[in-house]
Amino acid sequence: MADKIFRVNMSDLSTTVEPVPAAWMGLGGRGLTSTVVATEVTPTCHPLGRHNKLVIAPGLLSGTQAANSGRLSCGAKSPLTGTIKEANAGGSSAQMLAKLGVKALIIEGKPHDESKWYSLHVTRDGVTISEESEVIGLGNFATVKTLNQRLGEKVGVITIGPAGEMRMSAANISIKDPDSHLRSGGRGGLGAVMGSKKVKFISIEPTNEQVQIADPEAFKTANRLFAKALVDNPISKALAQYGTNVLVNIINESGGLPTRNFTKGQFEGHEAISGETMHDTIVARGGKPKHNCHQGCVIQCSQVYNDLNGNYKTSGFEYETIWALGADCCIDNLDHLADADSLMDDIGLDSIETPVAFAVAMEAGVLKFGDGAELCRILKEDVAKGTPLGRIIGNGAASVGKAFGITRVPVVKGQAIPAYDPRAIKGIGITYATSTQGADHTMGYTIATNILGVGGKLDPLSKEGQVELSRNLQIATAAIDSTGMCLFIAFAALDDATCLPALIDMINARFGISLTADDVTNLGKTILKTEHGFNLAAGFTNKDDRLPEFFAEEPIAPHNVVWDISDAAIDSFWDF
Amino acid sequence: MRITVKLFAYFRDNRFKQREMEFPAGTRVEDIILSLGINLEEVGVTMINSRHCELFQVPNDHDQLAIFPAIGGG
Repeated sequence: MADKIFRVNMSDLSTTVEPVPAAWMGLGGRGLTSTVVATEVTPTCHPLGRHNKLVIAPGLLSGTQAANSGRLSCGAKSPLTGTIKEANAGGSSAQMLAKLGVKALIIEGKPHDESKWYSLHVTRDGVTISEESEVIGLGNFATVKTLNQRLGEKVGVITIGPAGEMRMSAANISIKDPDSHLRSGGRGGLGAVMGSKKVKFISIEPTNEQVQIADPEAFKTANRLFAKALVDNPISKALAQYGTNVLVNIINESGGLPTRNFTKGQFEGHEAISGETMHDTIVARGGKPKHNCHQGCVIQCSQVYNDLNGNYKTSGFEYETIWALGADCCIDNLDHLADADSLMDDIGLDSIETPVAFAVAMEAGVLKFGDGAELCRILKEDVAKGTPLGRIIGNGAASVGKAFGITRVPVVKGQAIPAYDPRAIKGIGITYATSTQGADHTMGYTIATNILGVGGKLDPLSKEGQVELSRNLQIATAAIDSTGMCLFIAFAALDDATCLPALIDMINARFGISLTADDVTNLGKTILKTEHGFNLAAGFTNKDDRLPEFFAEEPIAPHNVVWDISDAAIDSFWDF
Repeated sequence: MRITVKLFAYFRDNRFKQREMEFPAGTRVEDIILSLGINLEEVGVTMINSRHCELFQVPNDHDQLAIFPAIGGG
């Protein structure tokens, strides 16, 4: 069965199944969502208007037996940044869509009657649109529970919470995982785009069909090598034991852990929120230190974190979430952090943007730094219910800064800067500044080389070499994001010579083609240029590729350094 | 010389989180690591006073030495 484009028009409630245009055949994941958005979306359109499109695409290897290939890409013009956007997450939907032959699902238009809500149901034959009322207004957990009862436990679900229904700029798109918990396509407010189309959820019919492999033997051989490279990598092992939160202590030690709304580089309470403490807490309460967010993951960086009584509280409890609630908001209590993480998953909020917005609100005096109970109360009583304060916070850090007249607002292109201070870790500052999607560490994770000694070493405090490092990583990341692979394969790919060739061999065996490493690099370059071109056409210039001025003026302890990479050096990023 | 040694992740198992330790002048980072029974191959990152350092470097009196296994996340 050949892959198809499934298209849904919410203006006239029509659906079609179309052949894949030749130009899109070699694309998947982010490469495909960004190409469709750049081709079909007017760059100057309102992100919540009828001219924007939400594009959902599995990766090139999704639905196969390839290890760690379960990421689903969602793309659109972002209501948070105004740029092109792709957010990807694990869960079961990428694999299910790929097995149904869905190359991409494109949701366009907007209903004229805004009083009605709809759901989409995807089968191999196409998409059915239905009016929906039962789950409207429900949180994500209740929505998944209701749909499991209505459609069966095996149904795939892509959904938005109240934040997406209210079209908040920090709203995420949530994807059901194998345990009926949630993974989040978090950044850039794509949940608001889905809400603007009046689509509450997309359900996916389970199937026994398999993705066709052109050369099954070659595929199996390559996958064996690939999985071995992942399993043997020492970083994979540490991720399984401590989760991504293993980073709290090392980033704190390096002096690059943004603390108290980016006024310090180290947090006194780091040990209480660290991966080491989290691991011991999970074990003591009968949780699971390791857990997979999608079938076929061999790294298992997720976990099951239980509350004091040993009951399930949250999973996918990530370093960036813990940093933002912990160091940035100065809350040194893991249980408050877990409460807030679960609430944000249920409301459908980006767990980076939202706590960074809270830290700005703390600086504004809306609540006190360190007050985890009050943060959770505001999430429940204001953000989830859409009070004026809740909407200000739910629209992100820049929104809070503007509403309260705060100048120390850590955003680039309107998107909150995550868990690594660009003054003390300069490579990541280049990524924040030049990323096609606003501040986002995952776009070019220089922390690997600046801090972790992966893919070589580059002094985080030096100005030299940072642009080149960020460029190379952003190109490689754009390519990886197109395969459906989890980005954490990069730790093995950067240091194990067998990993990347095995990945390319799998793509070749899947489609019966003969890509080389250069082809993959060129794919990454093309994706970045496509995204950059969309942003330029939307009105962005190189002057938008800048960090907020306080980074250049306020030295950060302990190294007492400022952001000091020149504008010309930043602009040279695009010289390729 | 007196060094504050900090250990992280599984290097803490059956050892410690942080300890003040006395070493002869001229002791290198790798000597300190070996004295703790840690396999050099498992060491991912070392820092002296929050700056990355090499295994052959010699800390000064009252320095802080942080020793991490290979870790990652993000």
